[in-house]
Amino acid sequence: MKGWWWKGLSVVLLLYVVLVGLHTPLGPALVYASLDRIAPGPITVGATGYNTHFTKETPQVWLENDGYRVCAAAVDVHSDVLLQATFNVPPGLRSNMTSLWAWDATDGPVVLRDAFFTEELGKDLQGAGCTVSTTERSGFSFPNRTILNETIRNLFFHVPMWFTMMVLMTIAFVQSLLVLRKGNLAHDRMALSAVDTSLLFAALGLITGSIWARATWGDWWTSDPKLNGAAVTVLIYAAYLILRGSVPDPHKRARLAAIYNIFAYVLMMVFLMVLPRLTDSLHPGNGGNPAFSQYDLDSSLRAVFYPAVTGWVLLGVWAYTLHLRTARLISIADEANDR
Amino acid sequence: MRTAEIAHLLRLEWQLDRRQKHVWGSMALYVVSTIYVCYHGVRHLTEVPIWNALFWIILLFAAFNALVRSFQRENQGRQLYLYTLASPRSVVLARTLYNGLIMAVLSLLSLGAYALFIGGAPLEAARLDIFLPVVVIGGTGFALVLTLIAALAARAGNGIGLMAILGFPIVLPMLLSLMKASKLALDGMGWNVTGQYVLWLVLIDLITVALAWLLFPYLWRD
Repeated sequence: MKGWWWKGLSVVLLLYVVLVGLHTPLGPALVYASLDRIAPGPITVGATGYNTHFTKETPQVWLENDGYRVCAAAVDVHSDVLLQATFNVPPGLRSNMTSLWAWDATDGPVVLRDAFFTEELGKDLQGAGCTVSTTERSGFSFPNRTILNETIRNLFFHVPMWFTMMVLMTIAFVQSLLVLRKGNLAHDRMALSAVDTSLLFAALGLITGSIWARATWGDWWTSDPKLNGAAVTVLIYAAYLILRGSVPDPHKRARLAAIYNIFAYVLMMVFLMVLPRLTDSLHPGNGGNPAFSQYDLDSSLRAVFYPAVTGWVLLGVWAYTLHLRTARLISIADEANDR
Repeated sequence: MRTAEIAHLLRLEWQLDRRQKHVWGSMALYVVSTIYVCYHGVRHLTEVPIWNALFWIILLFAAFNALVRSFQRENQGRQLYLYTLASPRSVVLARTLYNGLIMAVLSLLSLGAYALFIGGAPLEAARLDIFLPVVVIGGTGFALVLTLIAALAARAGNGIGLMAILGFPIVLPMLLSLMKASKLALDGMGWNVTGQYVLWLVLIDLITVALAWLLFPYLWRD
C-alpha cells in the first residue's frame, strides 16, 4: 500500500543491522602480552591474540620501537590465539614505548601498541632493523580496538537511540510551535505523542549507554557533559509531562505545555551543542576525544551504522504514529462517552 | 519595543516593592537563615570545591524563593488591567530586568553573608575581579531563566512545587557552568580560562530573554 514502504524499509534495515551487526566477526588483534617492560638482552614474551589463526602458519613476530624493528629469534605457537616469541633486544632503542606486532597471511598485521616500557634508551640504532611483511588481510570484519573489543557493536544500537530521540523531540518542538500558531488541540496531541515516544528512546539510550560505560569505562554512570546532557533532557521532558498533568483545562494545558516545550528545547539544544565542547570528557566527540566519525568509524562500521540510524529513526517515527493513533482513538471514545 | 513603557513598568515594580518592604526582608532573611543553618552543619569550610558548590546551591534556592512571587503578586483582575495598559512583551521584559537586578543585589548580599559565616578563606587566593562578575552574572541568569518559569507555574495555578520541577532541569546546565567558572576564578585562573564560560553564560542569558520576549504573549491570555 502507498505510504507503507518506509515501515517495511525500517524492518528490513533493522533485520540487516541485527544480522550483520551481531554476526560479523571482529578483525584479528593482539590483546595481551605477558611482559610489560623490556630491557636489552634475551627475552621471551607470551602473546595472546583474539580471532587470530596462529596455527595455520607460524606468524612473523616483531617488536617495533620508533620505526626500528626487532624480529623474533624463535616463535613457538601453542594455539590459534597463543604464541611465545623469543627476542634478542639490542641496547639503545630510541623510544620508551615498544609495540608488539605479528603477521601471517590469514590475519594480516596485528599489533599491541605500546605494549612494553623500554629500558636503557640510546640513539645509536640506525635504519629499520629487520624486514617484515605487512600485507593486509582480506574479508569483512569490524575493527578490533583495545577497551572497546566486542562492545563496538553497541554503536549500532546506542547511538541511533539518541538520533531517534532528537528527531522525535524536534517533531514535538515543531508541533508545539503549531499549537501556539493555531491553537489546535490536534497539534498538542502530536507533541505529546512525540514526547512520550522520545522518552522511550531516551530510556533505551540510557540503558545501552550505561551497559557500554560499564564495559569500557568500568562504571555504570560517570559525570560527563554528554551524560549530564542526557540526564537533563530526560528531566526536562519528565517535567513537561508533570506540567501537563497539573493543568485541567485542555486548551490552557496545550498552550502552557507548548511554551515550556519550546523554551526547554531551545535551551537544551544550545546546552547539548555548546557545553560538551567547553569541557573534557571521556565520551567520543568531546574534549579532545575524537568522535567515531573522525577515524574510528571505518568503512565496515559505516556499512552497518548508517542503515542502523535510518532504520531506528524510521521505527521511532512509526512508533510515534501508532501512539498518536491510539491517543486519537481514546479522545474520540472519551467524546462519545461524554455525549 | 517601547523603552518608555518598560521604564514605567520598572518604576512600578520598584514602587510596589518599596511599599511592601517586608518582601525584600523575607528574601534576605531566607538567604541568611539558610546560610546560618549550613554554618551550624559545617562550621568553617576551607575546601574550595565544597565551599563553591554549597554557595551556588544556596543561591539557587534563594532565587527560586525570591522569584516564585513574581507573578503571583497580583490577582487575575489586576493582571488583566495591567495587560490592557501595556503590551505583554513590555511587562515580561520589565519584570525580567527587575528580577535580574534584584537577584544581582541578592547574590552579592548572599556572598557577603556566606563569607562571614562559612568562612572567606577560599576568597583569599581568588581572582575577585573574575569571581564577583561571575556571581552577579549567575544570580542575574537565575532570575532571567526563572522569570518565565515562574509565570508558567503561576499560570498553571501551582506555586513553588511546580516551579521547582520545571525550573531545575532548565537551570542545571547554567548551574554546572557557573560552578565551573567560579571554581576556576577561586583557583586564581585568569580571563583566558574563565572567559569562555562567562561568554557562554552571557549567551544563555541573552537567549533566555529573547525566548521570554517571544513566548510571553501566548502565556498571559486565557
